[in-house]
Amino acid sequence: MANLKAIRVRLSSVKSTRQITSAMKMVAAAKLRKAQDAIVQLRPYADKLNEIQAGLSAALRDTEIENIFAERKKGNGKVLLVVVTSNKGLCGAFNANVLRETRRIMSEKYGDLVKRGDLAVITVGKKANDSLRKLKCNIIADHSDLYSGLTFERVASLADRLMQFYVTKEYDRIEIVYNQFRNAAVQNLTDEVYLPVSMNVSGGTAAAPADYIYEPDQVSIVSELIPKTLRIKLYRALLDSFAAEHGARMTAMHQATDNATDLIRELTLQYNKARQASITNQLLEVVSGAEALNG
Amino acid sequence: MKIEIITPDRNIYSGEVHSVRVPGRKGSFQVLKDHAPIISTLDAGPVIIADEQDAEIRFEITGGVIEVKKNRIILLADSAVQG
Repeated sequence: MANLKAIRVRLSSVKSTRQITSAMKMVAAAKLRKAQDAIVQLRPYADKLNEIQAGLSAALRDTEIENIFAERKKGNGKVLLVVVTSNKGLCGAFNANVLRETRRIMSEKYGDLVKRGDLAVITVGKKANDSLRKLKCNIIADHSDLYSGLTFERVASLADRLMQFYVTKEYDRIEIVYNQFRNAAVQNLTDEVYLPVSMNVSGGTAAAPADYIYEPDQVSIVSELIPKTLRIKLYRALLDSFAAEHGARMTAMHQATDNATDLIRELTLQYNKARQASITNQLLEVVSGAEALNG
Repeated sequence: MKIEIITPDRNIYSGEVHSVRVPGRKGSFQVLKDHAPIISTLDAGPVIIADEQDAEIRFEITGGVIEVKKNRIILLADSAVQG
């Protein structure tokens, strides 16, 4: 029969663990709501921007647009990966998924580049930075501090840096690996090409915008809008990852709380059984002791 | 006419207005009722709104793009502060 004291100690430790996980779940839920709000706030801007751009670029041919972010025929072939994880753990497979995908990309898709040292990494999130540094990846920058106040301005400056990398021909391709937010329980692991961009916006179902006045002119408006959409693209990816992180943490903590509850039930049962057994034992001893005296 | 000033972070202002002055790429211009449809990129500078009571509201933007269509103005600003 298990030791009464040992069970009691274990029980109290599981109970306090449950308290922590359930508090974390509540905190994650509140943060998730905030993160989701930010995504919703971004939508009108992003949609309108896309609409204007789609309307304009449908009227123009791809070659007419001065797109310095278009695909290059000749280049050095260097690739930059932006790996987005969270700063904190305890969110299930959220970070592990991103890191596994990153390793897969580095060994399969860009195996040759890694050997030549032509693959660089920018990390967003301490978890990515810690784990990729251990793998001796070529990390050129870490932007984990973005999460303390995820505002558009700060993300935009990172986006501008990425665009700079591309325009100055330092890298020929930039990809982002991150978790896309579906709902609180589901994240879509995504490997997205950030640069180059094509101006051929799919569909091209623009409502004839013929009667607009354009200032300065269509071509320069489109060219000017490209960096704006790129900033939005990165901002959206980070907001998605941020919301997905809290969703994942909420789910993970919910599960942990459930497990702790089950464990507590089991341990309480064990404890009561053990207690009952020891009482029965003591009674037996008293009774048989009395009997021996009488006998 | 109706105006919406939107930044990526939030909706800065929306409401009925009499006129709007914006820092267009080819010079500052004013949008009044029944303005012709226009799409223009904007420089950094002040956006000055006269609301229905003709009270002046100013925003400083760092650039953006404006679309005017059928008395509906949508101003996408990179960032905007009131003042």
